[in-house]
Amino acid sequence: MRLLTTLAYALALPIVLVVVWWFASAGSESVFWPPLSKIVGVFGETWNADRWTGDVLPSLARLAVGYLVALVLGVLLGVLIGLHRPVRAFCEPTLEFFRAVPPPVLVPVIALFLGYTGDTSKVVTIAVGCVWPILLNTVEGVRGLDEVMLDTARCYRLSAWTRLRQVVLRGASPQIAAGARQALSIGVILMVISELFGANRGLGASIVQFQRSFAIPQMWTGIILLGILGFLLSVLFRLVEHYALAWYRGLRQADRGA
Amino acid sequence: MPTALDVRGLKKTYTTGGTSLEAIEQLDFSIGKGELVCIVGPSGAGKTTLLRCISGLLDATAGVVELDGTAVTEPPAGMAVVFQEYGRSLFPWLTVRQNVELPLKEKKVPRARRTELVDEALDAVGLSDSAASHPWQLSGGMQQRVAIARAIAYEPSVLLMDEPFAAVDAQTRADLEDLVRELWKRLGVTVLFVTHDIDEAVYLGERVLVLSNRPTVILEDVAIDLPDERDQLTTRSAPRFAELRAHVYELIQKAKKGERPA
Amino acid sequence: MTVATVPVAGTRTERVAGRGRDATLGVLGLLVVVGLVEALPRLGIVNDRYLPPASAMFTELAGQLGEAAFWTALGDTLRGWALGLAVAMAAGIVLGVLIGSVGILRDLTASTIEFLRPIPSVALIPLVVLLYGSRPTSALVLVVYAAFWQILVQVLYGVADVDPVVRDTARSYRFSRLAIIRTVVWPTALPYVMTGFRLAASVALILEITAELIIGVPGLGKSIGVAQSSGAVEKTYALVIVVGIIGVAVNLLARALERRTLRWHVSVRREAR
Repeated sequence: MRLLTTLAYALALPIVLVVVWWFASAGSESVFWPPLSKIVGVFGETWNADRWTGDVLPSLARLAVGYLVALVLGVLLGVLIGLHRPVRAFCEPTLEFFRAVPPPVLVPVIALFLGYTGDTSKVVTIAVGCVWPILLNTVEGVRGLDEVMLDTARCYRLSAWTRLRQVVLRGASPQIAAGARQALSIGVILMVISELFGANRGLGASIVQFQRSFAIPQMWTGIILLGILGFLLSVLFRLVEHYALAWYRGLRQADRGA
Repeated sequence: MPTALDVRGLKKTYTTGGTSLEAIEQLDFSIGKGELVCIVGPSGAGKTTLLRCISGLLDATAGVVELDGTAVTEPPAGMAVVFQEYGRSLFPWLTVRQNVELPLKEKKVPRARRTELVDEALDAVGLSDSAASHPWQLSGGMQQRVAIARAIAYEPSVLLMDEPFAAVDAQTRADLEDLVRELWKRLGVTVLFVTHDIDEAVYLGERVLVLSNRPTVILEDVAIDLPDERDQLTTRSAPRFAELRAHVYELIQKAKKGERPA
Repeated sequence: MTVATVPVAGTRTERVAGRGRDATLGVLGLLVVVGLVEALPRLGIVNDRYLPPASAMFTELAGQLGEAAFWTALGDTLRGWALGLAVAMAAGIVLGVLIGSVGILRDLTASTIEFLRPIPSVALIPLVVLLYGSRPTSALVLVVYAAFWQILVQVLYGVADVDPVVRDTARSYRFSRLAIIRTVVWPTALPYVMTGFRLAASVALILEITAELIIGVPGLGKSIGVAQSSGAVEKTYALVIVVGIIGVAVNLLARALERRTLRWHVSVRREAR
């Protein structure tokens, strides 16, 4: 029963909104706001098998590769920098500067080096854009590690490898996750933007092509698809986080209760 | 009695940016195998500094610390430490069992033996039922029991305890004190127990080392000639307990006034 | 007796000295990077058509400072950013307090917010291009959309963080709804609002620059795009440096504001995500 109520609450507004959109746009003559029925009608044919293999999946693959590269690099460098105060002091202002540069301007800069046609430049754009929040949050997390915990690890003679895995990475994981979450939304932005330069294929490129050729209902299907993908990615992220940081939620609740 | 821990000429001076501060002037003492020795001192007496030097977490400026005849230069294998801040010393992402087991895995204790040690240790501190819980699901006193279980499962030859019960309530504290006495007797482990609580020191120890204020030296090495069987009620109301307590109390007062041994 | 109470660990002068040393190291770090950017192209390790020497970038930057076009573009960018951020702040705070204080609204909107929030604002680019072309309104829509969620979510967390005992106390003294919001809800939520502001400020800048770069809305982003495609490499880098400096300034400003509001705030709070 409780589940049903929760479900009803969760679904009520979305259903109302879709219904309102459906009927409000039903007789729409406006070029820009086609009827929702029409948008839904062309969805299947627009995103056919060819588009999935030729555009959507390659876009997602580039995002995945770029994001993972950023994750590995960011955590690795973040730990190295975070563990040593002089190194941290040396690097931090520089890193803060690179983080503050809005990632989209990377596109023209990377275009200078690599041109902007192949996959490499796009993956590099995504990786370079995503790495800063992960890196800086990791540094912050490692810096905030508890002294007593580090002492404990030393007293019980945990090896460097175990300390890294069991103490440093686990201890910094809440901050790393926060950085990874920021990076994911930047990654999606860059996945789209990186396809808008030059003649390209991909999810973002397709949507803009629809717009340029005034295929408006198709453009709308693209916007909706991109929205759904963004939503699914965040759900996926939250699942991983939920599992990996269960202890952290419990700890916080225990702290608050005390 | 063979010596377990030997501290000779220990001296610690902190130097930062041109200024230097002498925390420990000169400390000499040794602890026999199987002894339970308490260290008390006024606050700011460098108790924590001393403990960190002994445990190999901090390099001494001069002097040596020897554990079973080997000089301590890094945290030694035969030593386990129980910190005051139980909440920060247990790993919150591991369960109680995993917390106790982790150092044993690191020591490459075979799995079967590991399970046995962990079970015994958790049983000894009365936490067999909480093995699958996370530390933050337990009360403060129970968390400190986990830390103690981790220490005894490690089978150290010396167990260092740094004001372990300063952060738990009085009732729990009495229980934990009895637990320490019981484990010490049963396991025959050498215990060095640092505290600022005079009653606790006299109740627990066979000897009490009273520290001066900074720069630290030993003011007196008090032998506690109370009977071996102790319990909270009779021991604490014994006349001899009161005498010893008064004696240590006076020493601490002297230490606060800056008195040094002759 | 924790490590921190070892009296030596932190006398005031020593901590200040430590910070001074850190700052020196930080400046050194920046200088090394600038030195590398100067040396790599000069030594021919990197082609200077891709990466001109740092000195060339800074010369170009100095030249830009004398040009009216640069200042116009800078003004456009800052105006678009500030306007979008202000609209998003206002909307986020009003809706956040409203939704957060009314239980049924909170339950009804939760799923919708969770669905709309992760939709990348760049998905709206084709739509705003159709509707507004390269006028500043295009950038405004993207900036507001992106920044709004950051603030809304933080405000919701903040309102949810209100101590029920305090709220009940206020109610038992028959405070009006408005008075409760002013005296109980708002002070609790304020630090969260500031966190939201910090996150939103940098997201807003990202989207403002994106709109300029991609759609051609007037501003520094557009200038960077034009400079790059016309082969003005030094100018490209000079403008990227300017944008970076703006980003740093925005971060510092937001953090300073956040710290000011946090100073008197006692409750333990987390950065809600």
